[in-house]
Amino acid sequence: MDAQTSFLDQLFAAGLLIDMGVPGLYGRGGAFEEVIDRFEALVTAAGGEAERVRFPPGMNQAHFARSGYMKSFPQLAGAVHSFCGDSHDHHALLSALEKGEAWSQGLAPTEVMLTPATCYPLYPIVAGRGPLPAEGVLFDLQSYCFRHEPSNDPARMQMFRQREYVRVGSVDQVLAFRQDWLARGQALINRLVLPYQLELANDPFFGRGGKLMAVAQREQQLKFELLIPIVSETHPTACLSFNYHQDHFGSTWDIRTPDGGIAHTACIGFGLERVALALFRHHGLDAKAWPKAVREVLWG
Amino acid sequence: MIDRVRALVSDHAGLATDVSSLAQDADLYRAGMSSFASVQLMLALEEAFDIEFPETMLSPRTFSSLSAIEAAVAQLTSTAA
Repeated sequence: MDAQTSFLDQLFAAGLLIDMGVPGLYGRGGAFEEVIDRFEALVTAAGGEAERVRFPPGMNQAHFARSGYMKSFPQLAGAVHSFCGDSHDHHALLSALEKGEAWSQGLAPTEVMLTPATCYPLYPIVAGRGPLPAEGVLFDLQSYCFRHEPSNDPARMQMFRQREYVRVGSVDQVLAFRQDWLARGQALINRLVLPYQLELANDPFFGRGGKLMAVAQREQQLKFELLIPIVSETHPTACLSFNYHQDHFGSTWDIRTPDGGIAHTACIGFGLERVALALFRHHGLDAKAWPKAVREVLWG
Repeated sequence: MIDRVRALVSDHAGLATDVSSLAQDADLYRAGMSSFASVQLMLALEEAFDIEFPETMLSPRTFSSLSAIEAAVAQLTSTAA
């Protein structure tokens, strides 16, 4: 049995995750959720004053299309389909179901896409508010996200939560925000007594062209990740990411600074399940038995 | 060959400036080519010249100017021939 499956089985046995029969799709037990709640409280305390917004895990399909997500990550996207037919179509669908035949062709695309990253629904809303104030804006977001990458690695879920802080403003404002969070993020993980390394990173861009985009992203130092070993020492898992989008979202959505320039954006993302998994991996499956120092930080 | 390269850059690099007046060593990224546009340009070059850029050449440097692209394409077409 490989290390991924073995850790996943331990999490199932402890009731921390609940098997739903699909790799990467899990229920969460109460003890797991409590750790996420406590970690989020820690993030909130570290995050300071920000406009708190919560989006559902689905987003406007037209906004999704305009965001450019399909250019870079078509392999990860997920759409919501619903039954939109008449009684005849309904009959055909039920008959296919009864015979155990393929039936999902009876469903049609809707105006909803599954949210691929927590900040995607935000940008059109910021743009709709008009030019930014001189000091820019800062948001606190959290939502479930979907990425189609089935895996037995418990740290690679298909549906998971991201907590994010998103800064929109001038180049200087967003770069200062990211620089500040590089330090804050490490301090946060240090308090949880977890081993980590900070590395320059790239997104999993699709295809051969994606290789070119990944090299460009690294050369411009647009993405850093804080990695913690979870199922593997040699391939640690990205638990926090620190992303500078340049003017990608600003120009896509025409978000303007007060002087009429195109806004730049940056976001800090916390993979909430990944941080919880890292804690259970390093401090044990019973949170009540975690080292006193860690419990004090989380439970006070 | 440079004229064909220039035409492909004009069609795919998404530059605001007139490509016909662009110096051969001018930086295309500085002229406004996005990362994604460089991917479109790469795919168009592969189709037009019937080549495939190896992984080692899939870096922004390869597509950074008209002359850099010409050199890369020349290298791959001579290997193919």
